[in-house]
Amino acid sequence: MVGRHKISIWFIIGSILLMYGVIIFCSNLYEWFFPSQTRMIVLSELHFGVWWGALLIIIGLIYFIAFRPWKKKVA
Amino acid sequence: MLGNLHSHLVLLFASPSSIMSLGWVDSLLIIIYFLSVLGIGYYLLRFTKTGDDFFMAGREMTAWIAGLSFVAANLGSLELMGWAASAYQYGILATHWYWIGAIPAMLFLGIVMIPFYYICKTHSVPGYLKLRYGEGASQLSAVSFGFMTVFMSGINMYSMAIVMKVVLGWDINFSIWVSSLTVMVYVVLGGLLSAIFNEVLQFMLIWLGALIVPIVGMIETGGWAGMVARIHQNFPAGDYTHLWSTMGSFQDNPMGIHWTGIVFGLGAIISMAYWTTDFLVVQRVLSARDLRSAKLAPIIGAGFKMFVPLIVILPGLLGLAVLPGLVGENEAKLIPGAHSYNEVLPLMLARYAGPGLLGLGVTALIAGFMSGMAGNVSAFATVWTYDIYKPLHIKLTKNEGTDAHYVKIGRWCTVIGVFVSIGTAYLVQQFASIMDYVQALFSFFVAPLFGTVILGMLWKRATKAAGFWGLFAGIGSSIAMWAWVKIDHSALKYIALSPYAKDMAENMYRGLWSWTICVIVTVVVSYMTRPKPESELVGLVRGCTEIPSEGDVPFYKRPIVWATAIFVVFVALNIIFW
Repeated sequence: MVGRHKISIWFIIGSILLMYGVIIFCSNLYEWFFPSQTRMIVLSELHFGVWWGALLIIIGLIYFIAFRPWKKKVA
Repeated sequence: MLGNLHSHLVLLFASPSSIMSLGWVDSLLIIIYFLSVLGIGYYLLRFTKTGDDFFMAGREMTAWIAGLSFVAANLGSLELMGWAASAYQYGILATHWYWIGAIPAMLFLGIVMIPFYYICKTHSVPGYLKLRYGEGASQLSAVSFGFMTVFMSGINMYSMAIVMKVVLGWDINFSIWVSSLTVMVYVVLGGLLSAIFNEVLQFMLIWLGALIVPIVGMIETGGWAGMVARIHQNFPAGDYTHLWSTMGSFQDNPMGIHWTGIVFGLGAIISMAYWTTDFLVVQRVLSARDLRSAKLAPIIGAGFKMFVPLIVILPGLLGLAVLPGLVGENEAKLIPGAHSYNEVLPLMLARYAGPGLLGLGVTALIAGFMSGMAGNVSAFATVWTYDIYKPLHIKLTKNEGTDAHYVKIGRWCTVIGVFVSIGTAYLVQQFASIMDYVQALFSFFVAPLFGTVILGMLWKRATKAAGFWGLFAGIGSSIAMWAWVKIDHSALKYIALSPYAKDMAENMYRGLWSWTICVIVTVVVSYMTRPKPESELVGLVRGCTEIPSEGDVPFYKRPIVWATAIFVVFVALNIIFW
């Protein structure tokens, strides 16, 4: 939804998800190679955070690109 | 820098006995969330000039935005935590509140009721009552809604602060003030527009934060069959995985409820009342840009609502499978190291979520709380400004008042609403029993209001006096039934049809009886009094109103097609989990 508003809510959501995805992906990738977590996490061997971070990046990118405010509108 | 900030925050607010502690990555995600919602409010300030902008989001929302916001306003964090706990306590029976207790009502709102709300261009549900029945019924519902909304908001705020203290060790004052002032700032700045935009963001974060538990939980237990097998192994005496087969008798299920209570009390009255007349949710639909979008919004909402059990009920069931030792709140206080089933969702989150994911999950809980509170506050500001303040202002000053004046009042109402909520939160902290009384008080109004609204919309003979007296009798009888059971517990066998009925069952039947009394009184008084001429009912009542065409759109864009598809899935899900 853009309406009168220059920036679509979907673009804002895409940007935040992209930011979250990058942070979660990078921190979990680091944790994979340099484990420092002292808390017991069930199924930690799946490195779920890495995959979830990647998923957030993909979803975020889709919204970010599809609803970018500088996208040229077809007349 | 951020690490230092985080450690200061931990020292200031955390207690060592919490369920989980956040790392700096988790804290960063929460800080980004708070900055984002405030940024959205600040950005939308420039688009919030008129009353329609502030109170109705400019009436330009698409069906998707209005639909997601419609569900998000109801998806508070207590909803997430509370129903996950109920799923641990009662099993899959808790799903009734998401399926039969929501889907038919949301579809009914979209297909039958929205045209009347939308065509008359009302600002609120009490506003509709004013057009249909006049001042009496409207004022009664506006005052009760206004007060109850901010009180409920305060109760939710206090409960959320308790959760944050137990789960993260955060100081109660810190949770109450930071989260409620954030909500206040973004709603004051951008009004309903800002509340709706943030609710859509919060909806996405709630799903992406909460989905972690069911996905990893299903992997751990080996899918649905594996989870059910573990539950049977842990609790051989109980049936936690069937929706309807244990509802033939009050004693056969842990909820102590009969199927008639669920179908007629919850499905036909309580859920219809909440989803079609509670202005907190209806306001989101009224912000849609055209009639087709307004009709589609609750239908889209129903589609998402149907799958909310994935992130709410399933974690509770997974808790039964992998965390069998959780106990009730009172027992947990007595047994050292024991956890209450009220904490099942954060416990499951702590079990599966590593760095960052924990922060995302906690953000989902905070987002849930804020979306619920913003819903309460924005609805309160609208009802108070248009349905209570405006008539009073006109009566006293003989002056209509400018649009800018009402926007200013709306902003002040938002501030006052937040502070009354905060005050209620502290009051509850001092006198815990207030929580039970206010929740009971809220339940008194819901079912009778549905009787008044639905008769007003579908029956042109309903009169002004009947609207007021029907609503008054319904509310009065509900209070009387509640008091009767409080004074003499044996009255339960008359109200809830069984001495074995539990609180939830009592609420269902009380709603059913108070609605019935409201309808009977409305019909009787209508036949005793003079009806409005049909010309005054145009746009308000079925039979006097021509519903505008949805336009020349293909069949797959028609609301009725999607409503039918969702209803078929709803029936199929009930059969699958019978």
